Amino acid sequence: MKMLQSALLILLVLAGLWLPSQLVGQVSYDRILSAANEPENWLTYNGTYSSQRYSGLRQITPSNVDNLELKWMLQNQVFGAWQSNPIVVDGIMYVTERPNDVMAVDAVTGRVFWLYRHTPSEDARVCCGANNRGVAVLDDKVFMGTLDAHLIALDATNGQPLWNVEVGDENLGYSITMAPLVVKDKVMVGVGGGEFGIRGFVIAYDADTGEEAWRFYTIPGPGEPGHDTWSGDDWEHGGAPVWITGSYDPELNLTYWGVGNPGPDWNADQRPGDNLYSDAVVALDADTGELQWYFQFTPNDGYDYDSVQVPILADMDWNGVPSKLMLWANRNGYFYVLDRVTGEFLSGTPFVKVNWSSGLDENGRPIPTPQPPGSPTWPGNQGGTNWYPPSYSPRTGLFYVSAWEDYATIYEKEEAEYQPGRMFLGGGFTVLTPVPGAPTIGIGRTSPINNWTDEVGRGAVLALDPHTGEAKWRFEQFDVSDSGMLTTASDLLFTGGREGYFHALDARTGELLWKASLGGQIVMAPITYMINGEQYVSVISGHTLVTFGLRD
Amino acid sequence: MSVMISKIRHRMPSFISLSVFWLSSFALLLSTTEPGLAQSSYADHQYTSEDIEAGLRVYIAECALCHRRNGSGVDGVDLRLGQFRRPLSDNDLREVITTGIANGRMPGIDLRQDELDGIVAYIRAGFDPSGVAVRVGDAVSGQMLFEGEGECSTCHRVNGEGPYLAPDLSNIGVIRTPAALQRTLLEPSSALLPINRPVRAVTRDGETIRGRRLNEDTYTVQMIDAEERLRSLIKADLVEYEVSETPTMEPATLSSDEIADLIGYLLTLGGLE
Repeated sequence: MKMLQSALLILLVLAGLWLPSQLVGQVSYDRILSAANEPENWLTYNGTYSSQRYSGLRQITPSNVDNLELKWMLQNQVFGAWQSNPIVVDGIMYVTERPNDVMAVDAVTGRVFWLYRHTPSEDARVCCGANNRGVAVLDDKVFMGTLDAHLIALDATNGQPLWNVEVGDENLGYSITMAPLVVKDKVMVGVGGGEFGIRGFVIAYDADTGEEAWRFYTIPGPGEPGHDTWSGDDWEHGGAPVWITGSYDPELNLTYWGVGNPGPDWNADQRPGDNLYSDAVVALDADTGELQWYFQFTPNDGYDYDSVQVPILADMDWNGVPSKLMLWANRNGYFYVLDRVTGEFLSGTPFVKVNWSSGLDENGRPIPTPQPPGSPTWPGNQGGTNWYPPSYSPRTGLFYVSAWEDYATIYEKEEAEYQPGRMFLGGGFTVLTPVPGAPTIGIGRTSPINNWTDEVGRGAVLALDPHTGEAKWRFEQFDVSDSGMLTTASDLLFTGGREGYFHALDARTGELLWKASLGGQIVMAPITYMINGEQYVSVISGHTLVTFGLRD
Repeated sequence: MSVMISKIRHRMPSFISLSVFWLSSFALLLSTTEPGLAQSSYADHQYTSEDIEAGLRVYIAECALCHRRNGSGVDGVDLRLGQFRRPLSDNDLREVITTGIANGRMPGIDLRQDELDGIVAYIRAGFDPSGVAVRVGDAVSGQMLFEGEGECSTCHRVNGEGPYLAPDLSNIGVIRTPAALQRTLLEPSSALLPINRPVRAVTRDGETIRGRRLNEDTYTVQMIDAEERLRSLIKADLVEYEVSETPTMEPATLSSDEIADLIGYLLTLGGLE
């Protein structure tokens, strides 16, 4: 009934008969708070504030997934990896494309209502492509961060910009590639630039006005706790970016953010100390931005092990006690379970081959085992996993993640001089190959031919049991994958990979139930939604957003 | 509307574990020298580090004024990167250095043989005093070897001539360094790119297909078979699938001068302009 009303209202709006301010389609904070109760929509980057990427929809099941068929495709007219995560609100999909376009799309037909194009400054610089991972919505507004480090609020009805603030100076290497997070009346973003010697931060703005509400620097300044984990003026250009959307626990009123690598990336000798809060998760008060706790995964990192994974919040018994947990498969190759109330380390287990450390101590601090110069380090530079979102299904109790297996890197470090706005890397790396000069895996796929082969690295979907860190099952792929995960209440797991296959697996067993060859790399996670009683699954492959539903 | 969808209900076939084994064995190769190949046999094909260091001194004294320290001082020539106006064997280089180039573009320089060898070694090592300087011989002799005694052309195709069994070498001179070519000739098993590995598949109806891999993914493999046909196989339809780490190419049994000549020829292969 609600769906019918919504559709009717949208029609009225389109006909100019209804004022946008009266739309029930508006996304109030209360709606986002209880997004799990309306699985027909996909209201935030990871579906809900707990970021489980688990949908309550169950129309598509293991027994009928065979009947999925193509419903529509939306072709991106811009080249480059398309990493955006769509949001779906009452039949309308909001999705970004490179570099900073926002589109409002009819989620039933794939036809576009409006397109807003922000052309970033030519001075904008990013390490790894002109990526944008999507928008956030709150009330009648859509929010996008830009490559030149602006945050823009758009009118959700017609795409007109309402406010536009400078978050960071693009000439100093600041950028935004992540989808913002909205909590209550605020919109929050972090900044990228870990390869340019920025000083990272998370910042919150009043969603109505664009006025700054609070700011948390991921590198403490003089006099602040943690400042002594840096030496000299290293803290001024020590990186620690935040380029993946955080999670939120409304009961604790805490937002959780993964923090990226310290700079220069590969010469850890040049910045002695733990380099807080690089490669850490920080728990920030949603109203004030005040730090409540932190946990650092990789102190004094020399491997570029950004901790920009999505913090998955899950409630379950831990040692027989009902607990509020955080589940985290880190780029450094360890899978962690933390107490999200206190930040206490509960367990950590390698989920891929790890040789940069021989294990974790009782506080979760890694025991470093740096490899001799010229020797390979596992996991390699792109990590055991990376930024693409995992999923947790409360039904199976399993944590699902894309892992890069048998992938190693040989690091070289050298002294780097910080120059504002320039690359600040401190060395470089080569990927371990079976023969000298063989092709290697890069950031993203640029050819339909896999001429590096599985001998340089393979992909696997791992279904980890949080209690043991062991994989209950694994689904192996010939090439590595940068695809995120989606699970549903019918125990389906949807994911993809660089090969362009879109797979539906049985979330309990890992059995392949269905696949479609979409042809372009899948470098983000699928989403699901329901309109007029029909469940859809959308995924971006190459330059195409593809939406499936059951055969009519 | 039901496009692009196929139904599949198979677990991954067992070849994955095989791949894991190969990966680990090849990772070892990176850090160790193949036991069968003594260091001295490579030395026959290379200049010594003394040659290279001597060449550095002579180069700075005699050549750097025009060619600059980095070797790029003359238009169209980058000595460090091995880019010349035309393909040059080592003897060609010695010839140019001693006789110069007409019309006063480059003076001839009177050098002792060891000084000449040093400069050539320094250039072949890419200006890296600790680098490897591979000897580059005569391209015309090299082509005769390629098409005759060396039996290269029984598998490799060049400029539209020859079979498709092994990779086409029409542009190999611009995509491989002399050191990489030398490695391939002397130790094919340590130089074969993974994607080019020989594969063998047996289908459900008993057909055995052998060939060279062109592409592979989780569910399929593309290859060129022994009859030079392009084949695409679905792994789930195979009862056996093997990727071999042993190339069909044998290590060359030619003399070091002949290897140098072959490298000289291969370096002339620049593909279509």
